[in-house]
Amino acid sequence: MGFIEIKDLRIEFTKIDEGGNEVPGKVALDGVTLDIEKGSFVAIAGMNGSGKSTLAKCLNGLLTPTAGTVVVDGFDTADYETIWDVRSRVGMVFQNPDNQLVSTIAEDDVAFGPENLGIDPAEIRERVDNALIRVGMFELKDKGAHMLSGGQKQRIAIAGAIAMMPDCIVFDEPTAMLDPKGRAGVMDIIKELHSEGITCILITHFMSEAEQAERVIVLKNGKVLCDRTPAALFSDKEMIERAGLEMPPEIELRDKAGLPEKLTTAEDIADYIQKCR
Amino acid sequence: MIRDITLGQYYPGDSAVHRLDARTKIIATLLYIIELFVVNNFWGFLIAAAALFAVIAVSRVPLKFIFRGLTAVFLIIAFTFVLNLFMVEGRVLWHWKFLTITYEGVHRAFFMAVRLVLLIIGSSVMTLTTKPVELTDGLEKLLKPFSKIGLPSHEIALMMTIALRFIPTLMEETDKIIKAQQARGADFESGNLLQRAKSLIPILVPLFVSSFRIAQDLALAMEARCYRGGGGRTRMNEIKFRRGDAVAAVLMVLFLAVIIASRFITL
Repeated sequence: MGFIEIKDLRIEFTKIDEGGNEVPGKVALDGVTLDIEKGSFVAIAGMNGSGKSTLAKCLNGLLTPTAGTVVVDGFDTADYETIWDVRSRVGMVFQNPDNQLVSTIAEDDVAFGPENLGIDPAEIRERVDNALIRVGMFELKDKGAHMLSGGQKQRIAIAGAIAMMPDCIVFDEPTAMLDPKGRAGVMDIIKELHSEGITCILITHFMSEAEQAERVIVLKNGKVLCDRTPAALFSDKEMIERAGLEMPPEIELRDKAGLPEKLTTAEDIADYIQKCR
Repeated sequence: MIRDITLGQYYPGDSAVHRLDARTKIIATLLYIIELFVVNNFWGFLIAAAALFAVIAVSRVPLKFIFRGLTAVFLIIAFTFVLNLFMVEGRVLWHWKFLTITYEGVHRAFFMAVRLVLLIIGSSVMTLTTKPVELTDGLEKLLKPFSKIGLPSHEIALMMTIALRFIPTLMEETDKIIKAQQARGADFESGNLLQRAKSLIPILVPLFVSSFRIAQDLALAMEARCYRGGGGRTRMNEIKFRRGDAVAAVLMVLFLAVIIASRFITL
């Protein structure tokens, strides 16, 4: 049994027509069935409009299914009574680092989540310090949000999620608005959290990030197109094309250079080139 | 340029004034403002100014920062000064065509100017020595008793926190929009006042739209972090009254007595 169980999930948006009536709008997700294991590192990839961000918002009940169910650790996200149990288990980090910080001062923002959970002040202090150390932002805890770089703000947002001590964190394109340095920093933190046993779900359109996960789920037009290990996905050129994705840069280089296809990681390719010289 | 703006203009420090409970500082500031209106002669102002500078000395905030707040409102002070100077009737000191300066006018003008200056310095001492978050927390606690009669104290405090947080974000956004419109040939610098005001529309409309987008993002992020209103919430830094606050309270009462007494000084 998975930590998150998604069954026949359908999300259909409604829109208001000119007469002011609700009419069916876009179907964002259709018949999605997935199981996400506790402690796993899953990437969700797909083109713009494939439904990947919509899926992310279903995982902690920010969106409730039009049909089907999403069950997190035994709690149905559609059940309003237990929605806070779901959200305290599944943390979320969004794309825009600016629009998700509530407080001006970094450490006060990290404390926002635990404060909402009604935790004892002394324990909040401990959790906040701990979370800030884990994302490497302890020295900057007194800084104002407007003094931090995008990557630093994103680290604060991650610390805010960590401080709630969730079992799972959903990262909704956390690196899309960052520079390469900030992007690498965020990826390192995600991998570290995964190694500590936190379930990580990474929504991304960077294949170089998706290949670092244990499992990649590819969405297209609101449906699951495929669900495999990164190695299996990136050896299937036809599937990548169908999904409208790109190969990770080193695989692209491998194919352009005509190197053997059995090489699947940057390290393998580097070793191979070393030997040829 | 935006990074330089001192927001809520907090000056970090660890003085006795910094350590006071935010509630004490809010009440003291309110009391001080009221007392400035109780004062009816220059002796009172002298005492009030001395007390204020004593507090500033204890807080160890450089005077440079204190007076920075004044430059922003210099125009208002100058305006009131001039208005009082010419509008008050009484014994004529100087007369030219329709302009008249009276003895009472000069007195009133200086009186009002001193009052305004002290008022602004007094309130900036509070914002300089209190973190914005402490300030809003203090306000929330002070307004708590009124929540029984339907005043949403928690929501007001949260609104202030978010407003403070998003001032720099919205300023950056404005900057971006202005540059984008200028790149498309928009002209914000020429024309008369009306034309210039009109040219602001292409800035305000996108700014309005983007602030709604930001608000929606923030609301989602807050919901994802289990925000569900003020009920059942705890705070990381519980604000507590300490010994210093008791000392401050005694000083406040003494000061109030002195200010009231100063009304009867006649020299």
